[in-house]
Order: sequence, then C-alpha cells, then structure tokens
Amino acid sequence: MALPSGRRPGSNRKAQLGLFAGYLMAGSGALLGAVLLSLSLFRPEAFAGLRSMAADFASPAGEAGAGGRVASQNVFDAIAGYYRAGSRNAELRDEMRIARVKLAEAEAIRRENLRLKAVLRLADGETRPIATARLIGSTAASTRRFAWISAGRADGVRPGMPVSSPLGLIGRVLETGQRSSRVLLLTDPESMVPVRRATDDVVAFAEGRADGLLRLRLINLGINPIKKGDVFVTSGSGGLFRPGIAVALVTALTRDGAIAQLLSNPAATDVVLVEPIWQPQAVAASQAPSIAEAERADAEETASVIAANPATDTGSRSAPEVTPVVEPQSGD
Amino acid sequence: MSRRAVIDSVVSRVRTDGPSRSINRTQSPIRALGVPWGTIMLASLTPWLPIIAPVPILPPFGFMMLIAWRLGRPNLLPLWAGFPLGLFDDLFSGQPLGSGILLFSLALIAIDLIEIRFPWRSFWLDWLSAGTLLLLYLTATTLFARVPLTDLQVQLVGSQLLFCIVLFPIIARTAALLDRLRLQRVRRID
Repeated sequence: MALPSGRRPGSNRKAQLGLFAGYLMAGSGALLGAVLLSLSLFRPEAFAGLRSMAADFASPAGEAGAGGRVASQNVFDAIAGYYRAGSRNAELRDEMRIARVKLAEAEAIRRENLRLKAVLRLADGETRPIATARLIGSTAASTRRFAWISAGRADGVRPGMPVSSPLGLIGRVLETGQRSSRVLLLTDPESMVPVRRATDDVVAFAEGRADGLLRLRLINLGINPIKKGDVFVTSGSGGLFRPGIAVALVTALTRDGAIAQLLSNPAATDVVLVEPIWQPQAVAASQAPSIAEAERADAEETASVIAANPATDTGSRSAPEVTPVVEPQSGD
Repeated sequence: MSRRAVIDSVVSRVRTDGPSRSINRTQSPIRALGVPWGTIMLASLTPWLPIIAPVPILPPFGFMMLIAWRLGRPNLLPLWAGFPLGLFDDLFSGQPLGSGILLFSLALIAIDLIEIRFPWRSFWLDWLSAGTLLLLYLTATTLFARVPLTDLQVQLVGSQLLFCIVLFPIIARTAALLDRLRLQRVRRID
C-alpha cells in the first residue's frame, strides 16, 4: 500500500515540522534507552526496585498460571495412570516389599547416626526453610535464565538465599520484591556453584550453559576422575549454599570436566523452598571490598601491629587468611 | 479535538463491518486507540506464562506484536511509542533495563525508513523486513545480556530466530484480527 497521508508532508510547513518533531522524539527515546542500558550494564542492581515493583504487580496472574500448570500435569498423569494401572500395581507391590525392608534398615542407621552424633557432641545442623513458594514465571524469551517465585521480603526472603526443590538445588534469589522475588537459575550463563562428587571429594564448579545443562569444571586438573552417572552435590564453600544439596547428574565427559543434567528440573517443579544463607559471615566477608578500602584497612592494621611491638619487622606479621571468593555476585 | 474527530482521524478509511450491523452503532475511542497498546503490553507479559523454560524457546512476543501492528497499521503508533513499550517489556523480559527501550525505538525508526524507501509494500516485503528486524533484535539482546557467543549459544538463538520468522505471519494475522475487534461498532448512539 502507499504511504499514509500523514507521511507525505509536501510543502505543508506544519506537517514537515510535525514529522521532524516525531523523529526527534523517537531519536531521543532511543538515546535515553542507550543511556539506561549502559547504566544497567555497569550497575546491574540499578533498577532492581522498579523491576521488583512490576513483578509484585503482575505476580497474582503468575500464581494463577502456576496453579493451572500443576493441575494440568495432574490431569495428564491421572489419564496416563489408567492405561497402565494393572502392570503398575504389580510393580508397585514389589517395590513396596523391598522398600519396607529398606525403611527398617534406614531407621536402624538413623538411630546409629544419632548415637554417634551424641558421642561426638555434634549439634544437629538442620536448616529450616525460610519460606515455601511457587515458581510463577521465567524469562522464556531471553538468553538469561531468571525465574520468579511467589515469596518476597514480606516472607523473609533476602537476596542471596538458595532456592531448592525436594529434588535438588534450583538457584538463588537475586532481587526481592514485597511478595515476589527474582531467582537466578543454575542454568544461567552467569551462575556458578561450587560442587563436589557425592561419594568423595572431587571438587568442581557447576556453571550454567544456556541450553538447560550444567558444565562441571574440575578445580584440580589432571586425569579426569568423573564417570557417567556421578551425582554432584553442593560443597558448601563460599558459604552461600549449605553442603550436600543435590545439584546434577553427569551425562557426558569433557576434557576438563563433564556435562551434567540438573537433578531438579525447574519446569517440573511445583513448590520450592527458600533456605537461609548457610554462612552469612563468610558471604559478607567474601564481598570483596574496594581496593582503596582494602589498602586503608591494611595500613591501619600495619600501624597497629607496629604500635603493639615496634621491634618486629612488619613483613613477618601474620595476615588473616581470607577464603577466596568463589561465588561471583552476578546480576543481569 | 472532539471525540468524533478523534475517531475519524483513526478510522477514516476503514469500515470493517457491513451496514446492517453498524446502523446506529459507533466505535469506542478507548478501544480504537487502546487495543494496540494493550495487546503489545500483554504480549510483553510472556514471562508470566506458566512455562518455566530451561532454554530460550519462546519468541519475543512483545517485539513481534509491535512490528505486526506497525506494519499493518502505519498511522496508529506514534514514532516515540518505542520508549514506553520498551520500558514495559524490559521490566519483565530479564534483559538489562534499557535494551528494550533502545531496540523498540530503533525498530520503529527503521520501519519508518523502509516505508519511505519502499512506499508500495507487500506481504513478502513485510515478512522480509520483520525477519531482518528479528535477526537484529535477537542478536542485540544476546549481546546486551553479556552472554558469550559460543557455538551452542548461536545454535539456540538461531533456532529461536527460525521459530520467530515462521511465526511472524501468524502474529501479523492476530494483529489484523485484533484490529477488527478494535473497530467493531458496538456502542449505541443516543
């Protein structure tokens, strides 16, 4: 079709000016966008408040949808269940018989465990979840992997807290709103979690790949000890995630590690738990201070050491050991 | 400007329904002006669909809806519409704030220039320009998200792009359907 009449100003001065003003406004809009973009690239947390407010506003719709997702899954499960009821029943009866035995054994082990812990005088390190929530949305069109959960500051959720399902770790809280919060999923390219093999102490980093899998990178290079089917759990270093939360199952080996599948697929998860930060002091310490601050603290410390024992050389003082930062605080 | 004039400026050359149903009925100015904005914003709310995606599978519906409306009805959206609509999209898309504002604004300007260069557009030209814009949009959003462009990432974004291009005519038809809804004469003239 031809140009609409408004786009052909001809010799009409007013129309020409109007057209020019339109371009001017659009251009300045784009320019403003570029400025905001560079601002939020350098300071990812800059517009957190605005985003959380919007998420709070839209979260009721997401919650309704999440209910629908679970309900529809249940309907399909129920229909599928009818087709395989007979064989399923027999299978389950067998499994049940075995499970009863295992349960008895597990009970015995639990008691033994309690007794041994009492002997060692270990405190019971049970962590209580801060809140239970639903996964209500995810950035399905973007290359970043964020999700929203239906719990926020009002429920005690704070940035940095781990989010897990009964099957394993899902991610950690990035921004909190009043009733909803944004979660950085494990599969996000900027997510990195320290993990170890469940059976021994092979340590690695689990990095997100954009395709829904994780890439495990060994810390100690050498012969790759990982085998297909190995399960990796959080190692607890860095202090953010408590040790022993299941993370991933190895599906393929690479030169410096492995490719692993998430154990708790967020898409199939209904309810998630928000847990407290495991070692808040360690995390606070690992928030690397700025160079100027560190230098100032260093100078003060040196001065105090010199004041305390002027005879000794400052070079021999024992600097406090700082655990290396393993958890980059990435925003978007 | 009176209400009559507002409606006339928007619907000057269109009568979508036959005379029998439109006797003593008129269009509502709120619907006539608000439906494009509303549907683009609704499409930007894709992240709140009950899908927790492990990979970027869904197309950027907000951006596609914007292009579809702009190509289908050149006079409806002002040139500066990229700013508010992009801002709204940024709040939910997971991209760093500002990427939507910039890209939506640039897309509107680009379509404007295409329109001046090729005044007589056709379905194929529309599809081609939409496809090119989507290619640029997806590449730019990936770069703005600071995701390293590995082979894997290129594959993922490439398949997303193919899906978007195939889907675009359907989105354009949806916008056209919504356009009829926009101009439906339901309000009785007293």
